[in-house]
Amino acid sequence: MNNYDSNQIVVDMKGITQKFGTLVANDNVDLTVHRGEVHALLGENGAGKTTLVNSLYGLYHPTSGEIFINGEKVIMDDPNVAIQHGIGMVHQHFMLVKPFTVVENIILGLETHKHGVLDMKKAKDQVIALSERYGLTIDPDACIQDITVGMQQRVEILKALYRGADILILDEPTAVLTPQEILDLIQIIDNLTKQGKTIIIITHKLKEITDVADFCTIIRRGKKIDTVRVADVSEADLASKMVGREVSFKVEKSKAAPSDIVLEIKDLHVKDNRDIPALRGLKLTVRKGEILGIAGVDGNGQNELEEVLIGVRKAESGSMTVNGTDLLGKSPREILDHKVSTIPQDRQKRGLVMDYSVAENIILENYKKEPFSKKGWLNFEAIRNYARKLVTEFDIRPNDEDYRAGSLSGGNQQKVIIAREISNNPDLLIAVQPTRGLDVGAIEYVHKALIAQRDKGKAVLLISFELDEVINVSDRIGVIYEGQIVGELKAEGADENEIGLMMAGGGKK
Amino acid sequence: MILQSIAFILGTTLMYATPLIYTSLGGTISENSGVVNIGLEGIMFMGAFIGAAVGFYTHSGWIGFLAAGVVGGLFGLLHAVACITFTADQVVSGIAINFLGPGFALLLCRLTFDGAAMTVPLPLDEKISRPLNGLFEQNSFFDMIFNRYSTVYLAFILVFLMWFLLYKTRLGLRIRAVGEHPEAAATLGINVYKIRYFSVIMSGVLSGFGGAAMSIAIVSQFRVTLISGQGFIALAAMIFGRWKPQGAMWACLLFGLANGIVIFMPRTGLDISSQLLSMLPYVLTLILLVVFVGKAIAPSADGEIYEKH
Repeated sequence: MNNYDSNQIVVDMKGITQKFGTLVANDNVDLTVHRGEVHALLGENGAGKTTLVNSLYGLYHPTSGEIFINGEKVIMDDPNVAIQHGIGMVHQHFMLVKPFTVVENIILGLETHKHGVLDMKKAKDQVIALSERYGLTIDPDACIQDITVGMQQRVEILKALYRGADILILDEPTAVLTPQEILDLIQIIDNLTKQGKTIIIITHKLKEITDVADFCTIIRRGKKIDTVRVADVSEADLASKMVGREVSFKVEKSKAAPSDIVLEIKDLHVKDNRDIPALRGLKLTVRKGEILGIAGVDGNGQNELEEVLIGVRKAESGSMTVNGTDLLGKSPREILDHKVSTIPQDRQKRGLVMDYSVAENIILENYKKEPFSKKGWLNFEAIRNYARKLVTEFDIRPNDEDYRAGSLSGGNQQKVIIAREISNNPDLLIAVQPTRGLDVGAIEYVHKALIAQRDKGKAVLLISFELDEVINVSDRIGVIYEGQIVGELKAEGADENEIGLMMAGGGKK
Repeated sequence: MILQSIAFILGTTLMYATPLIYTSLGGTISENSGVVNIGLEGIMFMGAFIGAAVGFYTHSGWIGFLAAGVVGGLFGLLHAVACITFTADQVVSGIAINFLGPGFALLLCRLTFDGAAMTVPLPLDEKISRPLNGLFEQNSFFDMIFNRYSTVYLAFILVFLMWFLLYKTRLGLRIRAVGEHPEAAATLGINVYKIRYFSVIMSGVLSGFGGAAMSIAIVSQFRVTLISGQGFIALAAMIFGRWKPQGAMWACLLFGLANGIVIFMPRTGLDISSQLLSMLPYVLTLILLVVFVGKAIAPSADGEIYEKH
């Protein structure tokens, strides 16, 4: 962006150490940020990026270390202190009150009022003036639940600006955005830095760093590895600094050899929880030995599709056959018995029982079968032995089948699910957002596992909001928009912009 | 005669809706801040006793009424300490209060009224006033509807004030924000604990009023059977009214109407068992809850424990 002034240090964090019990989340980390700069914090999940900015925003209190804002030492023991010092934060999970309007959300906590009675007209005028100044388009009177994710993010940014923020922390800001919205955000960041605002952006997406950041600080396992000028390094340099080894971005795979149809969905109509049509005549097929990737922005029927596929949501009409058997409306167990396995989107809610051990989670779908149980009695030895075998085979860490699933890292939780689902030897493997929240190393692992299934001649259906993932892993891509597949194309040589356009409803059939 | 009957039913509707309105307003403010308070029943019980007892000893219905609010507020504070500071399960704490309220009220009653399970009735001229008495011709249509104790009018004024508080003031915006998304409110520097304490204590005060409105305005003494489920009906009214003061008010009027009909029926000479009739408000509660609860949308963080990192 190059709007920064290298003579003016606005944030200077020195020797920040943050311990939670025995865990050292930040170990003597330094961070220096100049006025008008876009400074990226790069690191794997759990590396300690969010912990670091939470100390800057007063949500955590560092065990040791000092924070200077504009040269003045500040004890950040409360978000209020951070706000007073011009620091604003846009959290990864938006902190918005859904039934409230845009204006109400922005003014909350700093309301315009006369003797305690709200002055909403004044508030609205102020919000509109602010949004025009920074080019952040919003609809002031709309409720948060009715606006797009992109606009919700702009509301979050306005919330910080309304509080007079000069330093904005953006925690994984692009995770939920469409490609077009990401471009808009980059434009917004440019506008903000031109007007002297400083941006600290947390991400594990390398492309975004090279697109927007001036400097990048890399954190690995709680330690600062390096701070680099982004213009001087390549994406590959950043990745190896982040992971500590060489990483291949390119997903290695041979050419697909699709054969018989395994999954065939025709004219599927499904309603969502609010009784509004979510799938409107969806149609797709997946063959043996291929990966069909479903690209699309969250909320275009992917959740409902997943739920119908695994048998927890009723369809209005249509058909869904697996190897020629109609499974629409069948129970989850019947669907499982027809050799359909699923890596669900929400691994903590649908994939695992967090309070069960790894072993118990591994037999969750087969506990009724021998040798795991007999006449209603569980055979713990058989369960343990089987689980131990999978724990070793899939390299689940720690190497302990009795470990509580909820205490595993995200990547290892995902490995438990993959171990369970793949060892069922399915004909159809459904993977929904399988790398959500995982770091580069774990993502690589999941992608290889999916491709290995394909190479074994299984049919794989991949539903993901990450366009890169869909393009890299799939053989064929279907773009979902408002409950329909609006376009289908080969993954090889697919044009990201073309797909992005279709994802936003601009494509032609 | 028909007019007289209608006036009679409407009058009793207002009378019986009043305690419910106070208590359901209490439920409304507490749940809008994200704290479920099923202890309303127990607090109403306590309020009914305190109102009648203090009213009897001070010879003033109004002092009794206020005292009931204060004691109700203390019970609200108890619930707040348990659920907010010590992050206890809100339902469990509410159940505890529902045991504590009636038990404590009865104990105090036996201690102060020579072992009796009811208080000595207040003389008519020491009850809460009837400001519109004499405005209409006695037993005329309007007199039968509107000549009520002050507590009735106060209840409706409070409905308006509660609506104004929740939707037009800074405090109200914060109360609702805390009930919807406490983490969001906290990141904006709002003290979630303070707001919830205020709301839960207010719910106790209002439920205390509700109990007293029963014991010193409708009847003139505290009895063990006086409240018998009205706190729960008020809670149902709040849900049926979609967690909004005005909605709760309409629901309370509906329950009041059911009560009015129950009291009116014997006068018609129709031979319906009184036991069956007195079931009416409760059956109505059940039916409404079954039909509407699924569709009603509670504040998102209602009943959730909030803990600062």
